[in-house]
Amino acid sequence: MQSTTRLFDDNSRKALADAPLQQALGKLSSNFTVKRALAAARLPEFEALRDQARDIKDHVLAHLDIYLERFEANVVAQGGVVHWCRDADEARATVLAICHEAGARTATKSKSMITEEIALNDHLEANGIEPIETDLGEYIIQLRHEHPSHLIAPAIHLNKNQVEATFRAAHTDLPPGRNLEEPRSLLEEARAKLRRRFLDADVGITGANMLIAETGSIVTVTNEGNADLTMTLPRVHIAIASIEKIVPTLEDATTLLRVLARSATGQENSVYTTFATGSRRTDDADGPSAFHVVLLDGGRSSLIGGAFQDMLRCIRCGACLNHCPVYGAIGGHAYGWVYSGPIGSVLTPGLIGIAEAAKLPGASTLCGRCEAVCPVRIPLPRLLRQWREKEFEQGLQSKTARFGLGLWAFLARRPQLYRAVVGVVMRILGRLARRHGSFYNLPFAAGWTADRELPAPEGRTFIDQWRARAGGHR
Amino acid sequence: MSDSRNAVLGNLRQSLRRSDDRATAEHAVEARLATHAANLVPERGRKNRVGLIELFIAEAAKVDVTIDRVDALAAVPRAIAAYLSTHNLPAKVTVAPDPALDAVPWQDQPTLGVRRGNADARDAVTVTGAFAGVAETGTLVLLSSPDSPTGLNFLPDAHIVVMMADRMLGTFEDVWTRVRSRGEGFMPRAVNWITGPSRSADIEQTLLLGAHGPKKLHLVLIDEPGA
Ligand code: SF4
Repeated sequence: MQSTTRLFDDNSRKALADAPLQQALGKLSSNFTVKRALAAARLPEFEALRDQARDIKDHVLAHLDIYLERFEANVVAQGGVVHWCRDADEARATVLAICHEAGARTATKSKSMITEEIALNDHLEANGIEPIETDLGEYIIQLRHEHPSHLIAPAIHLNKNQVEATFRAAHTDLPPGRNLEEPRSLLEEARAKLRRRFLDADVGITGANMLIAETGSIVTVTNEGNADLTMTLPRVHIAIASIEKIVPTLEDATTLLRVLARSATGQENSVYTTFATGSRRTDDADGPSAFHVVLLDGGRSSLIGGAFQDMLRCIRCGACLNHCPVYGAIGGHAYGWVYSGPIGSVLTPGLIGIAEAAKLPGASTLCGRCEAVCPVRIPLPRLLRQWREKEFEQGLQSKTARFGLGLWAFLARRPQLYRAVVGVVMRILGRLARRHGSFYNLPFAAGWTADRELPAPEGRTFIDQWRARAGGHR
Repeated sequence: MSDSRNAVLGNLRQSLRRSDDRATAEHAVEARLATHAANLVPERGRKNRVGLIELFIAEAAKVDVTIDRVDALAAVPRAIAAYLSTHNLPAKVTVAPDPALDAVPWQDQPTLGVRRGNADARDAVTVTGAFAGVAETGTLVLLSSPDSPTGLNFLPDAHIVVMMADRMLGTFEDVWTRVRSRGEGFMPRAVNWITGPSRSADIEQTLLLGAHGPKKLHLVLIDEPGA
């Protein structure tokens, strides 16, 4: 996918003025956040399971080369094929070749962020294969030619009127006078439309939440059941996943699943968790006759062993988005690439380069709520700070920001001078604002005072006041 | 593609600085795969049979599963006919070719249409067995096989599961132990964990049942006296 992360500031401004988006974001905290807290509180072992989930992923990352080989051997033993892809180009070409070989005209798809990452739909379409997104949210945004704005709730930025308008524009074969007022009728319409597509598709493309080395299985997790219809009905099943999705055993997968749904939606378990292993067996009445796993590296093998390895533990639950004040203010699209929220700000520079994504690590208050809820305990604030350091080292910030930081560093290293300068500034500011106690506009801080007032300093610095108190000594 | 394989693995080995430690690393992996040890298992699922059934019923109810308890396989046709009529569903079911369901006396309900086989797109109601129930989250586990085609679990409007109470397990670890006991090639093409009927909250975060899979999930649980 083409990134627009360079436009982060403009994107954010637009997002703040987008009424349906703001309305949707307002519901995040009463919905996902509350439900996660309840689910976590209901399971006494939850915190200990998070530790184990982290340890499982760390163990896998430290042995990823070997686990990938074992996974491949077990897929092959079940009659499947594994395709290794260095980058998006290779992954797209691989999927297209499988579709062509199957003589496919349509491919149903269940939600997969990796296919967003490699912009698979555009590629298939350009080559005569119609991709059909089947997750309800993905279907809606596909009709609107948009991208997902949340890891697990891709159409969260839209309200039901927008969905209704989209369906009326797309489903022109249905009576124009039909009632689509309620979300229920929208859901029914999508269900009926997509049912035909499920039955007719030649190829089914799914993502994978996990790949199990022990058995060569891929794991899908949905609430709708669309991944299952996608993989069961067509002749060919292609599962596409990035290399870090490996887990050793069924037991390890189980541990991760126990923290995944609870962190994501606050469910005890998602509705459908499926372990798919190989193709249809002799005498089976259904299932695909060919099973392909497309493994994407996409820059990940270089992140392993480095300062950013921890982010590869991510299981894409979306909890860090739901708890992030910045995501909560601007939503997902402003981030400008596939992944948004704290994990997006950490992952995007790693995958498309810090030069392209330089704006993202700054899009955080470092409040720490993301790390507090991350089921695999990714130290997101630390990783964000590391990217900020890289950004500074490579001179990617604006001139003003660099000048400001440089000036501050100069003063901070000279405490006497620092105190003298700050003392003078405080006195001036204190005097200027004596009447109101705060500023409503300040020449160099319009960005702040345009939307809120700046409380004025009292006229003396902390150190001054400390000294004045009881002689400054205990 | 073998170029890509070598490139990805080569790059990984370089990042991991894998050289002399290769044997040790392989050993660690083999050991983990061979022992497939359980991690922390929540206490919640450790109960006796009666406790497990109570827990299952409570958890399943929270995720909109309806449950009917009968005391013998012979009571199943009547229970299903009653369920269908209460919910205004057609009196016509497609039943999995599962031998565990062979002894159900369907002929006792002459008005109930019964077909054995896989689901087709027009089937409104299907009936299957289940490999296990998992009390910890009210989940049903189904394994694909010629006796239990996967389409039956996903295509209908209403999915009815008929299961003996002795299939109730506490935790998912118990399920894997049982799946493994099937021996060589123990994984079927599909292991489906099903926790309630299909749902979506993709429109305005409003939760609605019946997205793509069944709108209703109903369990007929058979507690055979003395079993
Ligand atoms: S970083 Fe953690 S909280 Fe965020 S999506 Fe990944 S696993 Fe979930």
